[in-house]
Amino acid sequence: MGSIVVTELGKAYRQYPTRWSRLREWLTPWRGPNHSLKWVLQGISFRVSPGEAVGIIGINGAGKSTLLKLITGIIQPTTGSAQMGGRAAALLELGMGFHPDFTGRQNAIMAGQLLGLQAREIGLLMPSIEAFAEIGEYIDQPVRVYSSGMQVRLAFAVATAVRPDILIVDEALSVGDAYFQHKSFDRIRRFREQGTTLLIVSHDRMAIQSICDRAILLDRGHLVKGGAPEEVMDFYNALIAERGNATVTQRKTESGRVQTISGSGEATVAGITLLDDMGNPVEAIDVGAPVTLCVRVRINAPIPRLVLGYMIKDRLGQAMFGINTHLLEMPIENMRAGEMVDYRFAFQANLGPGSYSVTVALHRDATHVSHNYEWKDLAYLFEVINLTKRTFSGCSWLEPECTISRRDSPEAVHE
Amino acid sequence: MILDQLSGIYRFRGFILGSVSREFTSRYRNSMLGAAWLVLQPLAQILVFTLIFSQVMRARLPGVDSSFGYSIFLCSGLLTWGVFAEIVSRSQNVFLDNANLLKKLSFPRICLPIIVILNACLGFAIIFGLFTGFLILSGNFPGWAYLAILPVLAVQILFAIGLGMILGVLNVFFRDVGQLFEIVLQFWFWLTPVIYPLSTLPAWGQQIVMWNPMTRLVMAYQGILVHGELPDWAGLLPVALVSLILCLFGLRLFQRRAAEMVDEL
Repeated sequence: MGSIVVTELGKAYRQYPTRWSRLREWLTPWRGPNHSLKWVLQGISFRVSPGEAVGIIGINGAGKSTLLKLITGIIQPTTGSAQMGGRAAALLELGMGFHPDFTGRQNAIMAGQLLGLQAREIGLLMPSIEAFAEIGEYIDQPVRVYSSGMQVRLAFAVATAVRPDILIVDEALSVGDAYFQHKSFDRIRRFREQGTTLLIVSHDRMAIQSICDRAILLDRGHLVKGGAPEEVMDFYNALIAERGNATVTQRKTESGRVQTISGSGEATVAGITLLDDMGNPVEAIDVGAPVTLCVRVRINAPIPRLVLGYMIKDRLGQAMFGINTHLLEMPIENMRAGEMVDYRFAFQANLGPGSYSVTVALHRDATHVSHNYEWKDLAYLFEVINLTKRTFSGCSWLEPECTISRRDSPEAVHE
Repeated sequence: MILDQLSGIYRFRGFILGSVSREFTSRYRNSMLGAAWLVLQPLAQILVFTLIFSQVMRARLPGVDSSFGYSIFLCSGLLTWGVFAEIVSRSQNVFLDNANLLKKLSFPRICLPIIVILNACLGFAIIFGLFTGFLILSGNFPGWAYLAILPVLAVQILFAIGLGMILGVLNVFFRDVGQLFEIVLQFWFWLTPVIYPLSTLPAWGQQIVMWNPMTRLVMAYQGILVHGELPDWAGLLPVALVSLILCLFGLRLFQRRAAEMVDEL
């Protein structure tokens, strides 16, 4: 129950040169095929064990939605197979095929019936569906007057009214507002704890890294990478920067984590260290200690403009803080080959105890997406330990100044 | 294969029945007269034809003296033609109309034609029930022969859905099919002795029209309802055979093209 097995899955759409070609092909089958195949997915194999959560990432058009549709059986594969064990609920695209003229309630019933539930069971679930969707009076209005957010709320509420063995969620959820996203992710997390297998498509790094055990990266119809969410996400980031002239390398560091380096190489990071206030390199710092991040950049080829960005990430790869010299309004221009540039960023390490990594990016414009010279994940690792502050929890040190005033209530004085 | 389909139908019975009732209510819900429209439309048609043919053109139904004779003749043909036309034209669009569902959800596709049949049958049952009431009240009820309608209707539905499925699948790939069939249906109607008795045609015309499977079906109804005689079973056998072949071919076509169909929608 709850496993997904995908074997050598491929999907191609038939393309006919003219409207008449298909007719000719049907009527004279002995003359051979008259179409060309357009492959949108090829040679995809993976396996999801019961209870596992897997994220699928990739740029638009990479084949993510097609993959989900193949797995759920909405479209049939051209090659290979996709099998699911157990009851699956899928939330693909907006609204689950809602009919615009029927009311939300009728559509919820129909969607439930399409999941194989009987009217009586849906009747029992209806109050909880309404409560979760929180669309109030609109439940008895035709769906055509719904906003896209309301449709998603209702669709999600119906699809997850009964805990499925497998839950498949496309980007649909990103339509909901922050409140509903939180609420739906809570439900997804709870299902997961109860053993639901999860397959989710998202562009949201946080969502993937906080829920998924594993991630799969699709690019132009191929499975290019599978592995730990952090590693795959880093690779994906490098990949979107590198469409075309890609030189993405990943290597395992001594600690077993995977470092991603990509870029065209006109500028490279020659050295990176963290200094304490005495100017000594440190790998462990106290909470709130003043530190300086030093980055030395070597220019290997003439470049018109250089922006350096860095990002501090926690153990799970979630971003703590990131900024670049474009945002600091300190880009430098017209660099010659052979030049060396030293950057120094002084700040207070107001971070919670734990281990952190620094990602450094060198690029031309505001972001690394275009003209990426070098992107280096896990360029530097450091620990934050709490030596001098009080015990606290969380990932940032937000020192409070606490005042408490205490007095008797007026009633108490009278008595 | 067939067993798979049947178990799929059974598992999704809730969806099938739900869709039928939703479609039925939605068609009449937003109108003030509601289900009355279901009856008013064919009633108007019958009225027009009765007026023109039996009053204005003084057409006489040979061998029938009853004042309602022509109207009963007309009803037995028109109402049953109606259910045929409804099934065929609905099922030729069933995949296009439900593209939204087909592209987003996974369910046994065979449910869709079944919903079409049930919907058409529901409408037919209501109208035909009223018509039967009229027959009883006006003293024209044909007696036991009335029961013979059921097997004839079964053959007719089989014929309609077989044809409808084939057209439905073809229509997804070649949209001309739908347009073309609208025209064909008009000719077909007049090539079937619904409005006129077969005997009014010249001998060569009768021969041609007898090749039309609908002729035998419609004439069977007319025989039962106007004259109270049992249909010519031997004459219906080839029609049943054709219907069966159409159905099997339709099912095969549907199974072979179902995967490609979703890609095309």
